[in-house]
Amino acid sequence: MNKEQALLAYVTRLGDNALVLGQRMVEVVAAYPELEEELANANFALDFIGQARMFYSYAGELEGKGHDEDDFAFLRDENEFKHFLLLEQPNGHFGDSIAKLLLFESFYLLLLEALTHCADERVAEIAVRAQKEIRYHLRHNTQWFVRLGDGTDESHQRVQTSLDQLWQFTGEMFAPDEIDNIFEAEFDGPDLFKIRETWQANIAAIVAEATLLLPDDDHMASGGKQGRHSEHFGYMIAEMQYLQRTHAGASW
Amino acid sequence: MTDKEWPLYEVFIRSKSGLSHRHAGSIHAADDQMALDAARDTYTRRSEGVSIWVVRSSQSVASDPAETAAFFEPAEDKIYRHPTFYEMPDGVENL
Repeated sequence: MNKEQALLAYVTRLGDNALVLGQRMVEVVAAYPELEEELANANFALDFIGQARMFYSYAGELEGKGHDEDDFAFLRDENEFKHFLLLEQPNGHFGDSIAKLLLFESFYLLLLEALTHCADERVAEIAVRAQKEIRYHLRHNTQWFVRLGDGTDESHQRVQTSLDQLWQFTGEMFAPDEIDNIFEAEFDGPDLFKIRETWQANIAAIVAEATLLLPDDDHMASGGKQGRHSEHFGYMIAEMQYLQRTHAGASW
Repeated sequence: MTDKEWPLYEVFIRSKSGLSHRHAGSIHAADDQMALDAARDTYTRRSEGVSIWVVRSSQSVASDPAETAAFFEPAEDKIYRHPTFYEMPDGVENL
């Protein structure tokens, strides 16, 4: 894989992460327990979809085959999406969503901060914009996580279960593959080992504040970054792509 | 989930530096921090603000509608309280 191919793959993957999480969050729009949180969730989902658009547009330019952001989102097959398995997990209950967002966004913010210093100007520009959005998300979701963990017996127990179940999907975020390595070497990209150290310390502090227990690292799932997804993603992508697949080129 | 509603908060937004905060509406939140987040998510989505105040609605003291006459009507016939009896010097545009 050469430098240009790695950049394209890297940027597409950033778009995949943002789109898949954004789409998941959109699924629960109009089903939130409180109006204020409903708005927050919808805003956050749109932030992710906005980020996906920026990454995909750039990916389309890098690829140079005339594909636009919609082509990347709606006309690629399941195994061409290289997002983390964590992000395609079903929404579950409110505590599941909050735990998922905390685990991902506390990583994503560190990644974006590193990307603002990378050698690719466009990626750095998108990262500057995206990190402001994610910094607020994280503040909001961390508060909720602590509130649920340090809340009632029931909320404590349920969010502990959320954390335990999602933990196995966190390892993949820090496991560099060829694309990560080339991007780090050629474009002054993020050092995932360093990010993991900071992430572990941050998460440990938040989990302790939430009076919860940090799960063990015994088994970590992987494959999302290589396009091997769980069954959940099949249903999700079918719904997401239905319109463009059925009525090609439909727009409003 | 219980039916118990979170306390009501009043939201004040300053649209830009130099202006004062204005009442924007109200939101429900379990505590002050959540109220600030909810106000941000509800009332500043379209770049409406640079600063937010939230205050528990129960902490504000309001005038009684039944006392409107005693409270406000006495001011109505006291036109001398308006600074409209001065000669405006020539050339003053903004006063």
